[in-house]
Amino acid sequence: MAFSQGFVDIRGCRLNLHRGGSGEPLLYLHGANGAPAVAPFMEKLAVGFEVLVPEHPGFGASSEPEWLDNVHDLAYFYLDFLKELDLRGVHVVGSSLGGWLALEMAVRDATRIKSLLLVGPAGIALEGVTPADTFLWSHEELTRNLFFDPSIADRLLAQPQTPEQLDVTLKNRHTVARLGWEPRMHDPFLHKWLHRVDVPVKIVWGECDRILPVAYAREFQRLIPKSSVEIVPRCGHLPQSETPDVFCDIVLKFAGTVSR
Amino acid sequence: MNLVLFHLMPYADLDLAAARDNGTVWVNLPNSNFEPEKGHVLYNRYLDELEYGEQLGFDAIAVNEHHQTAYGLMPSPIVTASALARRTKRVKIAILGSALPLREHPLMVAEEHAMIDVISGGRLISGFVRGIGAEYHTFGVNPTFSHERFHEAHDLIVRGWTEPGPFAFHGRHYRVRYVNVWPRPFQKPHPPIWIPSQGSKETIDWAAHPDRRYTYLQTFSPASVVQRYLAMYRDTCRGYGYEAEDRQLGWAVPVYVAASDEAALREAKPHFEAFRNVFVRMPIEMLLPPGYTSRESLKGVMKAKAAMFGDITLEKSVDLGLVVCGGPATVRRALEGYWKDMRFGNLLVLCQFGTLPADLTRRNMELFAVEVAPALKALGTRTAAGA
Repeated sequence: MAFSQGFVDIRGCRLNLHRGGSGEPLLYLHGANGAPAVAPFMEKLAVGFEVLVPEHPGFGASSEPEWLDNVHDLAYFYLDFLKELDLRGVHVVGSSLGGWLALEMAVRDATRIKSLLLVGPAGIALEGVTPADTFLWSHEELTRNLFFDPSIADRLLAQPQTPEQLDVTLKNRHTVARLGWEPRMHDPFLHKWLHRVDVPVKIVWGECDRILPVAYAREFQRLIPKSSVEIVPRCGHLPQSETPDVFCDIVLKFAGTVSR
Repeated sequence: MNLVLFHLMPYADLDLAAARDNGTVWVNLPNSNFEPEKGHVLYNRYLDELEYGEQLGFDAIAVNEHHQTAYGLMPSPIVTASALARRTKRVKIAILGSALPLREHPLMVAEEHAMIDVISGGRLISGFVRGIGAEYHTFGVNPTFSHERFHEAHDLIVRGWTEPGPFAFHGRHYRVRYVNVWPRPFQKPHPPIWIPSQGSKETIDWAAHPDRRYTYLQTFSPASVVQRYLAMYRDTCRGYGYEAEDRQLGWAVPVYVAASDEAALREAKPHFEAFRNVFVRMPIEMLLPPGYTSRESLKGVMKAKAAMFGDITLEKSVDLGLVVCGGPATVRRALEGYWKDMRFGNLLVLCQFGTLPADLTRRNMELFAVEVAPALKALGTRTAAGA
């Protein structure tokens, strides 16, 4: 499925947007590592959906707007984005930081959102379960800890980073720190308002997630009324990358039940 | 030239093997490695050393701030500076410096510094720093706001010291309805402000600005790097349309003097290498969290990583000018040479470093004061007379 790439200007931010496929709109909100290219799972999803993959403000090829101070700014920005592109009935899929962002959007205004599918989302704190401190990890440590299958990290680490990729990595890390350094990758008040998320929610978690432990899945389920959990066995923090077939089946099945 | 005796107050009784195993003495070295009884002895020994600095004729004695580390036992330099204020009579006391962005409320810094200035009868030199990268990990302060918080906290402190209160302050990070600092500082308009830095263009542009003309101190860098940044400061001043005075420049450097070059190298070696290769060491992710420096500077450090993060011997460090070490004549000649190249008006000597014990520290201070200091003091005077 061919994706187009272009820039859209919204609220003073030049946003890099990949777009492809046809069907109901599906907005993919990436996590801390950005979305520099069209990944295999996006291609698969584009068979059944119109897939939109923006790079968040402050990430990758998108610009770094002055107004970006916290995740709330980003949530309002993406609500404006949905309005600007006049998207309705959107399936929002968010991974990690992107899952947190999806929730911050949905507690504010879910009128254009049809469902949420959250992949190992950040956003809340669970007493007694401490997430990994990724800011103290080197590039190699981070890569190795992202996946259950070590051969994936081996393959990724075998390719040396180009100077351009290094620039993007540092830019992304900067924005992740701005949004999630303190409180660390969560909003201490968000849990109070998760009952406002009144669209169907699927929570997907890699059983062997070493960034955000799988215990968080049950806590999200407890806090979000219309939610269910799917644990992906033998999988790390990124089921969409590590087990794309399993992941896409979950998305299709969930969207099918929602649309019925 | 002003001669300043600078102390880091390291935990010199550290189990170096345990520290090596942990990879760093910062952020996550378990505090079970700290023995309070040994700490008691060290604090009192170090304060005695600084007080002895007054007797030996140093112009100032200096303390600094570091958190949750064996590198330095002064999470609050206010505590040590306060103790020194009451035990000394003439010497200046420099806080180099208070880590403004780490403090919840900058008005506390304004108040504490003003107290020490009033108690000491105007002997305080105020230093402001951002805190090092590791401290953004320990405190959870967002490093991407570090520069902003530093500048805003500075503005609030200086306005609090100089403008009649009460007035309101509306910043992005600090909002105060009533700024009304009691006590006001002893010195007029306020204590001198020094800016210690590891070298950064942004800091130099800011410190050299004609509204501020703050003394810029380059800390613990190879002499060639010190020279580059001090020259950059002078050039920046020229860009602003004025000539920097020597007093606006300073260099902080470990110094060790013994009877001969050979004795100095032999005595200092294990203690300096513990300082450089154990106490200073940390991974780059800890040293430079995102936003603490510009991404361009970060890339520069990543390129130089092998040189910066590997072990360095004392001998190599002497060659690089990371430390000045030798018999009295050698140390004198080296510092005179550096001064001719850089014309720093302030030399901050670290006479205790790493695991250097009390007897060697004292003898080092004495030899420096008697055999080296007079020649250095004359340097500044000759310039002033010749100018």
